[in-house]
Amino acid sequence: MDLFLDGIRTTVSLTLYGWLGAFAIGLVIASFRVSPVPPLRWAGATYVELVRNCPLTVLFFLFWFGLPNAGVQFPRFPSAVIVLALYTGAFVAEAIRSGINTVATGQAEAARSLGLTFGQVLGQVVLPQALRSVVAPLGNVFIALIKNSSIAYTISIVELTGQAQTLAIRSAAAIPVFTGAAIAYLILTLPSGFAIGWLERRVAIKR
Amino acid sequence: MTAPLLADALGPRGRRRTLIASIVAGALLLAVLAVIVRRFQAEGELEGDKWSPLLDPGTLEFLGLGLLNTLKLAAAAMAMAVTAGAVLALGRLARSAPVRWGAGAVVEFFRGFPLLLLLLFAVFGLRSLGYDLPLFWSVAVALAIYNASVLAEIFRAGILSLDRGQSEAAQTVGLTYWQGMAYVILPQALRRMIPAIVSQLVTLLKDTSLAYFVQYTELLRRAQLAGNFDRNLLQVSIAVALVYIFVNFCLGRLARRLEVRQRRRLGAGAISVAGGPEDLVAADVDR
Repeated sequence: MDLFLDGIRTTVSLTLYGWLGAFAIGLVIASFRVSPVPPLRWAGATYVELVRNCPLTVLFFLFWFGLPNAGVQFPRFPSAVIVLALYTGAFVAEAIRSGINTVATGQAEAARSLGLTFGQVLGQVVLPQALRSVVAPLGNVFIALIKNSSIAYTISIVELTGQAQTLAIRSAAAIPVFTGAAIAYLILTLPSGFAIGWLERRVAIKR
Repeated sequence: MTAPLLADALGPRGRRRTLIASIVAGALLLAVLAVIVRRFQAEGELEGDKWSPLLDPGTLEFLGLGLLNTLKLAAAAMAMAVTAGAVLALGRLARSAPVRWGAGAVVEFFRGFPLLLLLLFAVFGLRSLGYDLPLFWSVAVALAIYNASVLAEIFRAGILSLDRGQSEAAQTVGLTYWQGMAYVILPQALRRMIPAIVSQLVTLLKDTSLAYFVQYTELLRRAQLAGNFDRNLLQVSIAVALVYIFVNFCLGRLARRLEVRQRRRLGAGAISVAGGPEDLVAADVDR
């Protein structure tokens, strides 16, 4: 049971740190993709295409087993957070970009006619509205991140799934252990789902 | 959308500024790339003998078989997932309430926790209980169950997207519920869902790499073996990542092509699958 709680704690901290990183990356990449500067747009699009089409397991593998050969090495837990953030960031960027596309063009035009620069238009007018409209898609990404954190098992981080595996082998009681772990995940994902629904209603723009 | 939405038709000063910003940004990106290449060079990771094993026929065959295993796994899982997903979706739309709740519970349950957990259970859990399935099939079944519950939601959205007039018309001409489904609803709904199903295939193909954890020798596991043997894990993992990216990129393109073609054929506005295509695309976020 202690092992189980330990696993849940690891899952939660992987998710939260990963989310902070992913959100930052997502914001930057999404602004790249709508910026008037072509090289930045290409960089953003390339990043999203590359990362989205690559399995997370392969990213973990590349980062943990491949990059140390090129002299790039981080401790285990930060590595997991970085990989999760890099991967999830691409999905966050796509969600935010779809939100930016829903903001009426008139908003950006109005902001520009007031003499705001691109950064101001994006940061003070468009993004605040865009983010409100993508709470639900971002929430889906967040829940996917909770589940994806299990793949940190690639680099031997023993979170909830890994802990279940260890326990099942040790106790030879596979069904209760795996069911317990499944329920623990539901306990993590369901409240997140409710919280996201609440947040969505809270920040929704009444039109 | 190439024309950036937030800054249209710039004047001469704006154009100049954009040009300067482009040059600066381009230079910065090139600098980042250069740093990476230098790093690789300094550690001797660009030398020919690290990369040449990748072109060795033996290695190629070894990795090729891995790719073949990956594709076989994806195909078997997809076939099962589509069938099971269709059954679950029909269950969720059934008229009898217990069937609806049952199917709903199954779908929500299996979407609620990581596929990896299900996979470990299917392989090690069942083995410890004395059921000894072949490895390929336990992996395929785990992948299929998870993806069936995701596909069920896609199917349901597709069926619900049809105008109610269709099922009403089917009833009016005297078809039973199931005849109406089979001859009127499903043929139309399936056509609308094909792009979403193809994008789900991308997710499934990515998920097959989880078989790595249970020692099934798909592409990634074989890459590890080859990389350990030739001492070029970095090079092999880059190559494998590129293979996945290439295959998935092609599938993604195919999905988009199908979607555009359909939009043209059904006319704009006819494609809306339960609140717009974004809803279905959101399903591929769900790994």
